[in-house]
Order: sequence, then C-alpha cells, then structure tokens
Amino acid sequence: MSLVYTGVLSHAPGITGRAHMVENVEKRDEFYSALESQRQDIVNSGAEAIIVIAAEHFANFFMNNMPAYCIGISENYEGPIEDPKWLAIEKTQIPGAPDLGKRITRSVMETVDVSYSEEWKFDHGIMVPLNFLTPRYDIPVIPVNINCQGPPLTPLHRSWAFGEALRRACDAVPEKIALVGTGGISHWPATPDSGKINEAWDREFLDKLMRNDKDSLLSYSDEDTYRDAGQGGFEIRTFITAAAAAGGKGDLHFYTAELPIFAVGCTVASFSLS
Amino acid sequence: MSLYNLQKFLYELNRDESIQKQYKDDIETLLSNYILTDEESDALRKGDIGLLYVLGVNGQILMHFAAFLGIEWFDYLDKMRDGIEDHGEVRDGVYAMTGGGKSFTSEEEVK
Repeated sequence: MSLVYTGVLSHAPGITGRAHMVENVEKRDEFYSALESQRQDIVNSGAEAIIVIAAEHFANFFMNNMPAYCIGISENYEGPIEDPKWLAIEKTQIPGAPDLGKRITRSVMETVDVSYSEEWKFDHGIMVPLNFLTPRYDIPVIPVNINCQGPPLTPLHRSWAFGEALRRACDAVPEKIALVGTGGISHWPATPDSGKINEAWDREFLDKLMRNDKDSLLSYSDEDTYRDAGQGGFEIRTFITAAAAAGGKGDLHFYTAELPIFAVGCTVASFSLS
Repeated sequence: MSLYNLQKFLYELNRDESIQKQYKDDIETLLSNYILTDEESDALRKGDIGLLYVLGVNGQILMHFAAFLGIEWFDYLDKMRDGIEDHGEVRDGVYAMTGGGKSFTSEEEVK
C-alpha cells in the first residue's frame, strides 16, 4: 500500500491572512494545534510526496477552458498569487513530483478523463494548507484541482470516482503518498456574508463524511447545497474525493464555527485507509 | 453585458505581475485588449469593487483584485454592501448577498 495518509482540512485565506484580527485567540490556537498534529501525522507516515486536492479560485483555470479535474505534473510551482501581505504567506517556489505525477495521471486516466498541467500557480487554496503541513516546502507536492467555482460543476458521484481512481493510482506506485482534500463546508466567502456558517449543516455533513457513507454523501444536489451552504459549499467535492480515496472511516480532530473571521467552519480530520 | 470578458481581465491581472504593472502604468492600453462596456471599463479603471460585485464578478476573482488594490478586509466587505446600495442586487453569477448586508463577524462589529 503506498497511500499512507489521507485527511481533510480547511484552506480559507483568513486562516493565515486574518490571524491577527481574531478575538477568540484560544480557539484559533486550538485550530492551529490540530493542524500541527496533522503535519506530524503526515511526517510520521513517511510520506515522500503529498497530493493536495484543492478547489482553486481562478488562479490557473478559467471559463475559457475549464477542466473538471486537473493533476499537476510540473517540476516546481510558485505561489501564492495573492498579495503576500494580504495572505501572510511569502511568495516562494514549491517542489513538484513530475515523474510520480505522470504515473498517477496515467493510472487515473484509465477511468477518469483528467487534464494535466505543467504550469500551475498556487493560490490560498493550496498555500494555506502547505503553510501548516509542509511549512519548509520540503515535501514534493502534486496539486490536484476540482472545479468547484465556475458552474457547470462535476457531479458528486464523479468526484467519488475520481477519489477511487486516485487511490488505485497511489497503490500502484512504490512511493509513500499522503493525500489531503482541502475545501470549505458551508460558507459564503468573498461576499458581504463572509463569516456566515451553517453549523448544523456542517455537522451533518461531517457526520456523513466521518462515517464515509457514500450514498448519503452523494445525495446532495448543488441546488440544495447553494441554498443551505452557499457557493462555498460546492467545495465539498474535495472532501468527498478524499473520503473515496481513503475508503475507511474518518476521525474528526477539530471543527469549530466559532472563528467566523476565517469565513469558514474550520476543520481538520483524517481517515483510516481500507 | 460582457461579464466573461470583465472576469477574464481580472483573472489575468490577478495571476500575472507584468499585467499588474501595466494596470498601474498604462491601464488604457491594457483595457483596449478586452471587449468591455463603458460601465465595466470605468469600474476597472476606478477599482470600483461595489459595482464589479453587482455586475456579477465572482467573489474569488474580486477578492484577489481588492487585495491587489490594498483594500483592507472589512473595507472590502463594506464596498460590496455599498455596491448593492448604489446599484441594486447582484446581477449575475453565484456570489449574491444573502444576509441583507449585516455582518457575521464580531471582529467587524467592534471595528
């Protein structure tokens, strides 16, 4: 087995960029502590590369040619595209894993029509997770994107199939690989409603996710998600893909709706692999 | 209405430092590369976050543009609310305001 770790985490830009504004410092630090534990779990897994399943925000992909799924196969990446002061993350180079990325891509292509890219600029959707999980940028990254921003969006059952394809691909290579899905649950980011969180919806979704209950996870319609969880809720695709890749039940390490300045219910979880 | 072109302008600006430099040095030439309405061009020229929001620019594109302009977070939220006040509801896209303009963060309320 070469998939050695699977988890999910939030990626909202406020998590780093608005850290200094937080009133509930204790809760913020509890969240950061959970992220640090996730970093340690990944290190302890012996991962030689990390797949980050992200929902990028028009840093690379636009409506001129929008892929539902894309895998990065570049030697290196740059990021963040955002103003470094705004995100509180300095611009840097991030190592990629081109050979491994190509082997993963070829395998995934057996069942999912995925695009690939050798030119990719990271936005907060990947930079915020890396800031906590590989702060020295010393683990090669394979970025993976699911279009969660510009409808029409890929159906949830295809996200599940994509996760299963990634799992088969990881298990077919000798390298030890960590995989994280990063997105928001309910949130209305980048609107005047920023900070609005539907905690009940989040907890119900997370309960399904931790049980890795495929049927109930795939039962959400985009119309329902938009109404109850906002346009940010479309990013549940990244979490569902991670759950499909893991196959086992989840362990919710942290969730809070008490940091609305971060504009998302902050989440850290891992899955058992089966 | 050319929301696609308007968003493409901002998409390319957000990810390319050379275009960001041109935005500051020679915006008219930059604007001439895109087919835009006068209203859209003017909103880009002025960095009118409120109007761009109402025109339907995706929040994830608009947020990065606001950061590029150096607009503070709570000011960014207020500019979108002002846009609704001045120009009416968001006309396109999925980033409509649903909370009536109220704040959802205690940090903003005590600002």
